[in-house]
Amino acid sequence: MEDLDNLKATELTLGLPGTDAPEKPSPASTTGANKRANEECCLPVAKKQVVGWPPLRSYRMNSIRIRKMDAEDNTGIYVKVGMDGAPYLRKVDLRVYTGYKELMEALNDMFKCFSLGGAEGHEESGYAITYEDKDGDWMLVGDVPWEMFISSCKRMRIMKGSEARGLSSST
Amino acid sequence: MTYFPEEVVEHIFDFVGSHRDRNTVSTVCKAWYQVERLSRRTVFVGNCYAIGPERVMARFPGINSLSVKGKPHFADFNLVPYDWGGFALPWIVAAARLCPGLEELRLKRMVVTDDGLELLARSFPNFKSLVLISCEGFSTDGLAAIATYCRGLRELDLQENEVEDHGCQWLSFFPDSCTSLVSLNFGCLKGEVNGGALERLVARCPNLRSLKLSPAVSVESLNKILARASHLVDLGTGSFAVDHRTDVYHTLMNSFPKFKSLRNLSGFWDASPCCLRAVYPVCTSLTVLNLSYAPAIQGDDLIKIICLCFKLQKLWVLDSIGDKGLAVVASTCKELQELRVFPCDIYGAGTTSVTEEGLLAVSSGCPKLNSLLYFCYQMTNAALITVAKNCPHFTRFRLCILDPGKPDPVTNQPLDEGFGAIVRSCKNIRRLSLSGRLTDQVFLYIGMYAERLEMLSIAFAGDSDKGMIYVLNGCKNLRKLEIRDCPFGDIALLKNVAKYETMRSLWMSSCDVTLGGCKALAAKMPRLNVEIINENEETYEFEENLSDRHKLEKIYVYRTVAGPRNDAPDFVWTL
Repeated sequence: MEDLDNLKATELTLGLPGTDAPEKPSPASTTGANKRANEECCLPVAKKQVVGWPPLRSYRMNSIRIRKMDAEDNTGIYVKVGMDGAPYLRKVDLRVYTGYKELMEALNDMFKCFSLGGAEGHEESGYAITYEDKDGDWMLVGDVPWEMFISSCKRMRIMKGSEARGLSSST
Repeated sequence: MTYFPEEVVEHIFDFVGSHRDRNTVSTVCKAWYQVERLSRRTVFVGNCYAIGPERVMARFPGINSLSVKGKPHFADFNLVPYDWGGFALPWIVAAARLCPGLEELRLKRMVVTDDGLELLARSFPNFKSLVLISCEGFSTDGLAAIATYCRGLRELDLQENEVEDHGCQWLSFFPDSCTSLVSLNFGCLKGEVNGGALERLVARCPNLRSLKLSPAVSVESLNKILARASHLVDLGTGSFAVDHRTDVYHTLMNSFPKFKSLRNLSGFWDASPCCLRAVYPVCTSLTVLNLSYAPAIQGDDLIKIICLCFKLQKLWVLDSIGDKGLAVVASTCKELQELRVFPCDIYGAGTTSVTEEGLLAVSSGCPKLNSLLYFCYQMTNAALITVAKNCPHFTRFRLCILDPGKPDPVTNQPLDEGFGAIVRSCKNIRRLSLSGRLTDQVFLYIGMYAERLEMLSIAFAGDSDKGMIYVLNGCKNLRKLEIRDCPFGDIALLKNVAKYETMRSLWMSSCDVTLGGCKALAAKMPRLNVEIINENEETYEFEENLSDRHKLEKIYVYRTVAGPRNDAPDFVWTL
């Protein structure tokens, strides 16, 4: 049983973390092309690997697998995001966003139930988005180039009210 | 011709080169058969189980070059169980006894052991060339034996083999007196390499023209090697991972301009974009470039290098090149004959992969294109029809749409018309691999138009037995047919049984053929081996337990004059 669990944990899928994406039905050999085509059209993103497909030599398949695992180590910068007053934290993958605007929009979406202000309006509503950098200092999000930010950000915190006011003025 | 003495006939036969022509010549009359068999120097055996080694060598005692192929092609994709067969030893043993003048041995998809390699090394004093492709079963110890005993070895070419690593010392076994190497390829070795031994070997082989290093060979080592081997024509670079801020990198940058003869480049296992700059000086003379093992090189860097390669004839890349990169190929590489685009990522539609646009660009920009292997996520009929019009000279066309059974995304139609256009337009097509959503219609087209087709690979296609029947009834030059996951059953299997004796082999897996159908085939055609590969241990005792209606997971049917083979494992049953 334990082995099965571990196997599942290391299984490579494109499903979102925490979801159990359904596996692609392995193509049956007895059905006609029409039925098969219908099945293929409804493919979920996560696929079960069909034996011998795609037709690539083992060497190439192995290097794709290794690369995929390496990539998953390097990309996917998951950082915790906390907000004052929110009962739980969230996690975001900084690699998914191309810049600050997207990140702000995403955070806005994530925390709107806790009445975070608009992406541009966080100053008015008294919130500031801050991050802890590699040195352990808390910095205001948005000062440094995006690439530098994602490589130094360890976690984020949405500060509110009085603490935020001092930080939220931009120069 | 019967008035000519034998020596004259033999001299005339010297000009008859190809295997097929020589085979034909030998069937004319007994005299010609005799002259031909005694003067034959090269033999190619496409299926090691089609004939026994002793019989080959008894007929052709004078051969100095032998090529043998073992496992079916689908073994490359793990569809053939590990110990199915394809053993090289019987061939080496027979040759040792009957053809001691052997100089060249070329084996593909066979099981080669260290003992076999040692026997090979010790048995043929004139041995010059060993080529092993997609083989397994041996280790670096076997290579050490080759190095030790093959005096005068010119070529050791190991392509994509599974070699067990027993240490790096095998290179040291080439004696100091070995100076004859022309070609050394050990790119598939995974273990450490003795850099010093390699450098010394290269230094003492002035005729070395082809050198392909394994990923373990560092750039430091490469620099030393390149310093001694400036006449190389063909180079596999090894790791090629180096920090551009180091001296090693600067040495590398200065090495390549010296290579006036370099035409083929491959390797680049760990190359990063800045390292690639080192090869820019040679790009303008390259005819072959293989970057398909370099995932760190993204589209833009690929474009920078391809822009320089205007003499390129053969290009292997990853699909990270993108349609944009293929457009650059189309506008730059006017001499291009062969293109292979491999997937970087098979776990979902990559953001940088190639589509029908890339293929269209290359087909219209590269008039000499005749060989294609293309992995993509989608293809349209319209694109294939245009490609067919642009490139009527295709001899090899292999398209792999990564989603099995995927239709034309624009029209939602099967790709029958697209592939139909390919076979109609490309009259010389010899090899074809299909993919995407396909009905019986595409097989009707193939049967009708693909007259020169020799090898056909089918997966997840067709609606009924008719599909397979169209192919078997048409395609008069068909030699190899391999099918997986198609709804073809006994009716198709048995419709044209005589056809199989004109072919090398038929592979069917995950189709609808039954035990009864195969029994009927075996009964009708005694000169075929009908092999059933049954990996399901529960049904091992097939004879008693399986009904004739039982569907067979894997069958392999091939013509043979050697009868059922005696080295079949338990899970293979020859009817």
